[in-house]
Amino acid sequence: MTSRRDFLKTAAIGAVAAAGTSRIARAESLLNPWSSDTGDPMANEVALSAIQAAKDAGASYSDARVGRYRRQFIAAREHQITGVNDSESFGIGVRALVNGAWGFAATRDVSREGAVRVAQQAVKVARAARAVTHTPVVLAPTPAVKGSWRTPVQQDPIDVPIEDKVALLLAANEAALKVPGVRFANSGLALLREEKTLATTDGTLITQTFVRVGPSFTVTAIGDGDFQSYTEEMAPRGSGWEYVTSLDMVGNAPKWAAIAAEKLTAKSVDVGRYDLILDPTNLWLTIHESVGHPTELDRARGYEANYAGTSFVAPPEKMIGKLKYGSRLMNIQADRIQQDSLSRCAWDDEGVAAESWLLIKDGMFHDYQTVRDQAPAIASLNGVNHSHGCSFADSWDTVQFQRMPNVSLLPGNADTTIDDIIADTDRGVVIKNRGSWSIDQQRYNFQFSGQVFYEVRKGKITGMLKDVAYQARTPDFWGSMDMIGGKRSYWLGGTFSDGKGEPGQSSSVSHGCVPARFRQVNIINTARSV
Amino acid sequence: MADTLMTRDAMQTLAKRILAMSSADETRVNISSDAAGNTRFAAGDITTSGDTEDTVISITSTVGGRRASSTTNLMDDASLKRAVDTAERLARLSPQDPELVPELGPQQYQNVDASNADVSDLNAASRAHAVEQLITAARAPGGAMPIDPATLFVAGFLEARSGARGVATSKGLFAYHASTDVSLSCTARTPDGTGSGYASAGGRAWTAVDPGALGRRAAQKALASRNPVAIEPGRYTVILEPRAVADFIPGLMGSLNARSADEGRSAFSKKGGGTKLGEKIVDERITMLSDPFDPDLRGQPFDSDGLPLKRVVWIENGVLKNLAYSRFWATKKGVEPTGGGGGGFGRNPAGLKLAGGTKSVDELIAGTDRGVLVTHFFYIRSLDQRTVLLTGLTRDGTFLIENGKITKSIKNFRWNDSPLLSLARLADIGKAEPVEAGLVMPSLKINDFTFSSLSDAV
Repeated sequence: MTSRRDFLKTAAIGAVAAAGTSRIARAESLLNPWSSDTGDPMANEVALSAIQAAKDAGASYSDARVGRYRRQFIAAREHQITGVNDSESFGIGVRALVNGAWGFAATRDVSREGAVRVAQQAVKVARAARAVTHTPVVLAPTPAVKGSWRTPVQQDPIDVPIEDKVALLLAANEAALKVPGVRFANSGLALLREEKTLATTDGTLITQTFVRVGPSFTVTAIGDGDFQSYTEEMAPRGSGWEYVTSLDMVGNAPKWAAIAAEKLTAKSVDVGRYDLILDPTNLWLTIHESVGHPTELDRARGYEANYAGTSFVAPPEKMIGKLKYGSRLMNIQADRIQQDSLSRCAWDDEGVAAESWLLIKDGMFHDYQTVRDQAPAIASLNGVNHSHGCSFADSWDTVQFQRMPNVSLLPGNADTTIDDIIADTDRGVVIKNRGSWSIDQQRYNFQFSGQVFYEVRKGKITGMLKDVAYQARTPDFWGSMDMIGGKRSYWLGGTFSDGKGEPGQSSSVSHGCVPARFRQVNIINTARSV
Repeated sequence: MADTLMTRDAMQTLAKRILAMSSADETRVNISSDAAGNTRFAAGDITTSGDTEDTVISITSTVGGRRASSTTNLMDDASLKRAVDTAERLARLSPQDPELVPELGPQQYQNVDASNADVSDLNAASRAHAVEQLITAARAPGGAMPIDPATLFVAGFLEARSGARGVATSKGLFAYHASTDVSLSCTARTPDGTGSGYASAGGRAWTAVDPGALGRRAAQKALASRNPVAIEPGRYTVILEPRAVADFIPGLMGSLNARSADEGRSAFSKKGGGTKLGEKIVDERITMLSDPFDPDLRGQPFDSDGLPLKRVVWIENGVLKNLAYSRFWATKKGVEPTGGGGGGFGRNPAGLKLAGGTKSVDELIAGTDRGVLVTHFFYIRSLDQRTVLLTGLTRDGTFLIENGKITKSIKNFRWNDSPLLSLARLADIGKAEPVEAGLVMPSLKINDFTFSSLSDAV
């Protein structure tokens, strides 16, 4: 039995033992009392105590997650650092199923006593919920697993000396500000290490460590009575510091800054229908909103009706294998295994093993995203008796529920590039990077913008445009896709913060895709005069 | 619960303990302690319910003109010392901050009583009872219903939070504020999937919420909104209910940042330099303010620096009266800081109030020849900062008004419009009411609101 006091003492000893390495590394290890691949004995014990207590109090099923989250944020504007923050959050959340109703409770008191108390509280909450639960929860079976996993990285971003991070951001800003017309530069780094131990009454006991990095860069140019910004699409990834350095922010900053300056003199777009050529840096978010969210089974069943919304891909019995979602070129894969992706894991927050499966096959809707308490509802329709492993909670103090895996557009068979698509287009607009985005609560009507837009005439880029947004209806849009890139043009985008649920939770998710062309899409002009 | 609402004394003792560990030139400690309970429901069943508690401590250290912070929720001495050391180490490694303003010394605060025991007492059983009341009311038979209300799909969310915030500096400042807030929202959908209605309420006290009334209202909207017809997108007179106004108008707050305006990158920057301070920017019936002492807002009387927050009138009778000045920008410009971090898209800690008129929503409808009634909005995003142009969609109850009456349910629209430009096209203003804790908004009637396309979503 390890008490909390003993645990902290052990942590302190561990820190002393780390002395002799660099100043930074030593201090970092102080902040990170455990970081082993085999799981932390104290976390294991606390989690196991919790589920036993829930069981003793009458739960038919329980799981406990001990989570430790290390986050580091650094922000810079122009020649100065505007924020350096290092945070840690540690706690335990316990979920209990009692007579078919869920209860959840969480505390930052990660001791055996705290775990028992919070487990009993979860059971009490479940009993209260039982009075207003008429359809008992049924869980899809999953084998018990034991083990550990960590994001493979060459260099843990939290361990990189802070001086190096600060120097990188200031140098990138400096390089951008040399470009004529550019007045402001903002850059930042969001770095995360998340350690989770999960124990379930099904016999699962696992520990996972996730590493994620999210660099950012925006420049603003000022003209006479006008200002234009450009944000580079630096996809956050489930990768190490080596990914950040591979982006060469300093070397590329002048190029990005020049785009902002050029936007000041770009032509304002004429409204109308154009062939839209979407670069992967823009298309990933369109996939996220118009395919990722509507294919969540909890949404389709109305569980998000009061907040994030429902889905046009409902009811399941009328959709699976029957709904034409898009053109035959459209094959959309869901997975939690893709290298460097944000939602990659070995097991989800219910201990279900990560896998990949098709959501859309040759343009037809094929399957949903599921968790254990949703999968049984469609097992007779899709023939899948297990959860697809989409359970995730963004913190120890939030309850796990269905969150999006990586959802990606698979490349076409031909070795097509964006240049080939441009060459094949008579009158079109190329859009790069994410701009504004908005979609309705059933995921039909969407309107997206970008960061940079180019006019295409007779197979060639003829100039830069501004004030562009495209507006479409999901099935029409995907039905109009008539040309897509090949493997070589595949790129993995993503977001650190996808919101869903009440209370709101944020998850990280990646979307891989190739450039694609969509015929005759409505383009609007977003400029107004004050 | 272990962390239930840390008292003033407990928070001050904790802050002193942390400050005693510090060796920096200046140190600030921010503490937030929260206990929250929530219950979520869908298909008439509770789907998740939980109780959580946490205390988060943030330490900001300044060493030789350099500043950094670290945050932890571990409260034993070793962990706190580690957090202090981290903040100091990060500060030493950071470059000098040319915009650094010194931490504040002792300040005078006026107390705001923003806590209600009926919120902290709202346990899982009481929440379940409230949800049951709501669902029962939504599904109650009554009147000539087109469909059986018992078949309505009802989903929603109830959350109750008790929290305390504290700020302490090594220069002797200490500020403490406790508050509660509660909110209940629900969406009722007809079984044929053609009708959807929404209702919500919230405030600092549970008495602000009537679960049965919310259930009835959402159900009534769902039934009335069945089988919507499409009308052409275009410019319409709209009546926005207070919830829709609360979704839309606070989008202005980010543009109120003084520095952005001075730097030429805000809707309140003037061509050729300077800002629009003192200029008439919207209809003269518009007055918008933040005030922690307003009994309708009961906001936090200080910001995260510990700066006392006062009443700030942003727009008065249509004139831009104030921009949001951070302490740094205020010093540079020789004005008083407004606090609150210098603006942002979201809420001000002191609350936000758009002053209202005397008319009810029904009276606004009665005075409208042709228009669109909007229940609330969804997925609002910025399109152009130069004009605060936003996009979003209507949702859960959109109706056509003809000759002073609601005549039909209409399909939802996507809109592209700006709160700034909309308030300049104000036609009428309804009664202001609390929408959620710290937010008071009226209903508004706006001319020529731009609906750009139809949405098939219900």
